[in-house]
Amino acid sequence: MANQIVAARLLAEKTMLFEIEAEHIAQRGRAGQFVILRVSDQGERIPLTIAHRDVAKGTITIVAQEVGKTTRDLNALKAGDAILDLAGPLGRATAIPEGGKTVVCVGGGIGNAVVWPMATAMKEAGNRVVAILGARTKDLLILEDEVRAVSDQVIVTTDDGSYGRKGLVTEALQGLIDEGLKIDECITIGPVIMMKFVCKTTQPHGIKTLASLNPIMVDGTGMCGACRVTVGGETRFACVEGPEFDGHQTDFDELMKRLSYYKPEEARSLERAEHACRLQQAADQLLAERDR
Amino acid sequence: MAENSKPSYKFNKSKTKVPMREQKPEERIFNFEEVPLGYTEQEATCEGQRCIQCKDKPCVSGCPVGVDIPAFMRLVGEGQYEDALRKIKETNFLPAICGRVCPQEDQCELACNLNKPQQERQPGGVGRVERFLGDYAMEHGLNVTPKCDPPTGKKVAIIGSGPAGLTAASDLCQRGHDVTVFEALHKPGGVLFYGIPEFRMPKAILVKEIDGLRQMGVKFVMNYPVGKAEPLKSIRDRFDATFIATGAGLPWFLNIPGENLNGVYSANEFLTRVNLMGAWRFPETDTPVKEIKRIAVIGAGNTAMDSARTSKRLRPKKVYLIYRRSRLEMPARAEEIHHAEEEGIEFNLLHAPLRIIDDGTGAVCGIECQEMELGEPDASGRRRPVPIEGKTKIFEVDTVVIATGQGPNPLLTADVPELKRDARKGTIIVDEKTMQSVTWPDVFAGGDIVTGGATVILAMGAGRLAANAMHSFLMTGSTQPA
Ligand SMILES: Cc1cc2nc3c(=O)[nH]c(=O)nc-3n(C[C@H](O)[C@H](O)[C@H](O)COP(=O)(O)OP(=O)(O)OC[C@H]3O[C@@H](n4cnc5c(N)ncnc54)[C@H](O)[C@@H]3O)c2cc1C
Ligand SMILES: Cc1cc2nc3c(=O)[nH]c(=O)nc-3n(C[C@H](O)[C@H](O)[C@H](O)COP(=O)(O)OP(=O)(O)OC[C@H]3O[C@@H](n4cnc5c(N)ncnc54)[C@H](O)[C@@H]3O)c2cc1C
Ligand code: SF4
Ligand code: SF4
Ligand code: FES
Repeated sequence: MANQIVAARLLAEKTMLFEIEAEHIAQRGRAGQFVILRVSDQGERIPLTIAHRDVAKGTITIVAQEVGKTTRDLNALKAGDAILDLAGPLGRATAIPEGGKTVVCVGGGIGNAVVWPMATAMKEAGNRVVAILGARTKDLLILEDEVRAVSDQVIVTTDDGSYGRKGLVTEALQGLIDEGLKIDECITIGPVIMMKFVCKTTQPHGIKTLASLNPIMVDGTGMCGACRVTVGGETRFACVEGPEFDGHQTDFDELMKRLSYYKPEEARSLERAEHACRLQQAADQLLAERDR
Repeated sequence: MAENSKPSYKFNKSKTKVPMREQKPEERIFNFEEVPLGYTEQEATCEGQRCIQCKDKPCVSGCPVGVDIPAFMRLVGEGQYEDALRKIKETNFLPAICGRVCPQEDQCELACNLNKPQQERQPGGVGRVERFLGDYAMEHGLNVTPKCDPPTGKKVAIIGSGPAGLTAASDLCQRGHDVTVFEALHKPGGVLFYGIPEFRMPKAILVKEIDGLRQMGVKFVMNYPVGKAEPLKSIRDRFDATFIATGAGLPWFLNIPGENLNGVYSANEFLTRVNLMGAWRFPETDTPVKEIKRIAVIGAGNTAMDSARTSKRLRPKKVYLIYRRSRLEMPARAEEIHHAEEEGIEFNLLHAPLRIIDDGTGAVCGIECQEMELGEPDASGRRRPVPIEGKTKIFEVDTVVIATGQGPNPLLTADVPELKRDARKGTIIVDEKTMQSVTWPDVFAGGDIVTGGATVILAMGAGRLAANAMHSFLMTGSTQPA
């Protein structure tokens, strides 16, 4: 079966990790690239980062946080199920410095799933990797061990102080700058608002900063323009020219607005699915009672 | 029709085409079902009989693939539908599709000797009869899988499953080659699937044609963006010849202020959401389009008409079509323009968009246009639109669809810089007769990726040319037939 899930594991509340058979994506995918998948025939196409690849096994790993209908359907899948449609690798790979550079990777929430392959590639190329991983609270922190395994230093921050340092990733980043760490490059991925402030933190110090943008995508092949973002005053298609762009040039406010456009529809879609799910449960219960 | 009840051939002197029944505008704007309903056998026969069987056959030269029009019109006029179908299929592999989407009034029917607008004589209804034959074949199960030649042992890769790719796949498979079609999206068909809406080109037709190809032995690999999923180099290593038919899918924007506001779509995004992803049935399907109250569609080609008519079916209060030139220059098929007007789409010609207006939250609340008038004729003799000083107009809309053209799809070519392309247009450079790329002898290209946005039948014609040349190349090492 194509695109079969060989392993599925809950990482944190509403966050699942899937290992999927996809030989060509495992072989050709690079850090920073993503896949577009569809879970059902009526389903939406959604982009998810290739978090890890196992070339020998011919599998890729994706990590999905449930935020709406499609991620909900996806996260209900189990090992042995298959992903209906899986296209990739898409987008441009992260430009990896050739080695000897100090790179700080700043992830927040689900963004840490993207930090993992980036840090891996940075480390493999011989760079010094410092990772800053942020989460709202301890239980939501994902992939810490995986990132630690490929980083020279890891700083964890939680909003509530339940683990690591209390505070925001930007504070940890500012701390590194203040300590005098010479940062050659910073790369950030997480909620848009976080990326915006990471870029604001590095800008005064002239630290090159890449942000991995997550606009709404439809085809992911450069054909629709749904994913357009403004960088340096120019419109760019994130799915083919990105998803990483110069964070100091990126219009994050526009991205935030564009991401919120379908909020009411997304809520309707999810509500409908949950309603159907409740009906199903009620029906199952009735049937079970009848059979008793 | 039974063999024994063949009507004998007689000319039909009617000046006008046999009318085709259509869904009424006031009904069809509430559904996505096809608008023209097609001919019955009798209607098709009558229309076939309008063809006067000219010796000079100008109609044939008007058709980009040279369909033998008088021959099939005559056969239909005689009630010999199967033979007529066979005749068409010699040159045109998808009559049910071309009959529906060809711009006949600029091609075969334009050239027809009957075509005398002053005398109100209409050309032979070539497209309508062609559509009838395509549909007849489906209804009667006549689309029998053609017999393929014995296997040649040669492997061919086709990149892109639009009309160019499908035609080449069919031809090459019939000649005994082992054909694999790679497609980046999850459904095959290219623009026929993601662009042209259901009410103009029912997807069931396309699905049947593609099933036919599968039965012939063509392999389809979906979700496989060549260049990304596998480098072209590696495809070339695995296959004896490659045909690139990746289309002109890159949407152009206008580069006016406000284009990234919420509510501004490229026609491709809008049509893809509705057609490919089925957003018109949201929330039954998962992909939404925003509820539309007032919409402006910019442009006047088929893509613009399709966007305007699609949006009309999503029940907005108002659909404006905005175009900077005059009616004469509107590039869409005449039938689509006519249907759009019937459906109550408001044409605003000689209006050029200046800026899209923000409602303060990052969403569209209007579009300001420069009013134009026709100036002096230019070198081509056409009167160019020129701005009327100081006259602008604001259309209050919550949605804007930009349908002003598309460029060659860069997905593959961006990753293969060695492949020679037109520096300005980005189209792949090929030998016009063989579609062989000027870069590598085993790589051919055709359809919109070579011409820029054109037509279905031109793409199919290119697919056929390429298939012929590729066959020669595979068998003899040279594109010249032995
Ligand atoms: C390049 C890229 C890589 C990504 N990688 C990951 C990842 O590794 N793990 C992960 O959990 N998420 C990732 N995302 C985000 C993920 O695609 C969205 O969370 C998902 O599409 C939401 O779909 P939904 O139907 O569950 O939710 P919806 O209810 O449809 O939407 C919830 C929110 O998700 C965003 N969204 C909706 N549709 C899309 C879409 N088609 N494309 C992008 N965003 C959308 C919107 O902001 C929306 O408000 C990535 C996005 C991009 C662009
Ligand atoms: C909305 C709309 C309406 C139209 N209406 C008409 C009409 O009425 N009449 C008419 O004659 N013409 C019409 N046209 C034009 C016509 O559809 C095109 O000229 C024709 O489809 C071109 O065919 P093609 O095979 O070259 O490419 P396409 O149909 O564009 O197909 C190309 C395919 O290649 C795939 N692809 C791209 N890159 C890759 C890659 N790297 N790997 C794998 N696959 C890839 C794409 O996903 C796509 O499926 C219309 C076009 C549009 C957009
Ligand atoms: S293929 Fe198109 S142009 Fe040619 S005869 Fe048929 S309808 Fe006319
Ligand atoms: S020009 Fe018109 S009338 Fe003459 S053969 Fe062609 S279709 Fe028939
Ligand atoms: S998602 Fe369609 S162009 Fe990027």
